Amino acid sequence: MLETLTYYMGFPLIRYAVAVVVLIALCSSLIGVTLVLKRFSFIGDGLSHVAFGAVAIATVLEVTTSMIVVLPITVICAILLLKGGKYVKVKGDAAIAMISVSALAVGYLLMNISSKSSNLSGDVCSTLFGSTALLSLELTDVLICLVVSILVTVAFVVFYNRIFAVTFDEDFSRTCGVNAEKYNLMIAIIIAVIIVLAMNFVGSLLISALIVFPALSAMRIFKSFLKVTVCSAVISVVCALSGVIVSILAGTPVGATIVAANIICYFCFMAAGRIKGE
Amino acid sequence: MALLKCEDLTLGYEDITLAEGVNFEVNEGEYWCITGENGTGKTTLMKTVLGLRQPLKGKIIHGDGLLKNEIGYLPQRTEYKKDFPASVREIVLSGFQGALGFRPFYSAAQKAAAMENLKRMGVEDLADKSFGNLSGGQQQRVLLARAICATRKMLLLDEPVAGLDVNAEAEMYKLIESLNKEEKIAIIMVTHDLESAREYATHEIHFGEEVSVRCLRH
Repeated sequence: MLETLTYYMGFPLIRYAVAVVVLIALCSSLIGVTLVLKRFSFIGDGLSHVAFGAVAIATVLEVTTSMIVVLPITVICAILLLKGGKYVKVKGDAAIAMISVSALAVGYLLMNISSKSSNLSGDVCSTLFGSTALLSLELTDVLICLVVSILVTVAFVVFYNRIFAVTFDEDFSRTCGVNAEKYNLMIAIIIAVIIVLAMNFVGSLLISALIVFPALSAMRIFKSFLKVTVCSAVISVVCALSGVIVSILAGTPVGATIVAANIICYFCFMAAGRIKGE
Repeated sequence: MALLKCEDLTLGYEDITLAEGVNFEVNEGEYWCITGENGTGKTTLMKTVLGLRQPLKGKIIHGDGLLKNEIGYLPQRTEYKKDFPASVREIVLSGFQGALGFRPFYSAAQKAAAMENLKRMGVEDLADKSFGNLSGGQQQRVLLARAICATRKMLLLDEPVAGLDVNAEAEMYKLIESLNKEEKIAIIMVTHDLESAREYATHEIHFGEEVSVRCLRH
């Protein structure tokens, strides 16, 4: 078992990929706490479908680094979903449901029409559920992920106090002269960036799990924002790491394995929370 | 110069006018209450004063050293905060968010002042408790402590005693009165409780058929 692991870790690309998965798990859990508490979880879910559609567009355009296309589209959608909610006729959850299914349908359609790939269903499947093997990742993707996830983590730490304040009570923040819109925008952009980054590993359908599960698990036990944030970061990193290791050893798909680890973790925390509460 | 002067305000939404010709000025140490039925513009006036929305007409002038972001705000209690994981300390500290400037973290002096304000409200022993587990009265005290972190000049309270039991209500009124009398903080309070409002307040704005402003005592 250990031999298989050291054999795989011998590849520099695998080492990078493991580092990136852990960093992405860290980022998504940090922003996940805010997302869950602001009742924005569904925006994360909607955006991941948009990202799938964007990947399809990138495939049609035959862009080599798909992120150049996918990232801006997803960021713009994030901003529209957050801002548009107040002005358009179709409200909140309905708008997101519409955008989600449209992106999925149009994305799949585009891929079918234009794909020159011999393995269309394989392509679609890996976009939806993530790479089946870490070895199939591109080095440029891995490097971009590395840099961006470090930036997101730093931004979160620097703005931690403001993010808490705006999450807890937006109106109060405004009366203090804090530009709450600006932070909402920042949160939307960070979500979009994380979704696009994570898509390569866990796939667009499974990203939401990475964002909401660690926060929900942590909230079962801890009752202060700092503790919940730290705990969900730890949970997410541990689940990601164990998920990756299991997936290497057992040959299971990375994304699904990580999500499975998160589900198990959630039930453990739920039980622990019950015991603690009694 | 008054702390806050409202000149000929028209309140409402795009196509509905709720109230017209609202004029008043709030000076240091005064205690104003805003009364009236639901849907007559009380909350809209409050949000306008706080700068959360714009008046349809008229203007609001801040003076006497009161900056636009120096009005402390005690929002109406909402139930959804019940499962929000936040400690009392974290919430009170967030009263200083406007004073953060470009610094990412709160200073030691701000942390000490936050504790001082909790003590002032008689809830310093709850600092590490979860906000969601507190009683209604305790929650209001914590939020009042947060509001006085943000300001030392003017407090705007939205239904501060709604949903509190009789004892907690009396204590809340006492705390508000002491802030008003001892620290000369101007109070503007939206309330349904006419009796208590008229017992403590110096001025009243009543929203009815028309908006009437009157002085209750000097």
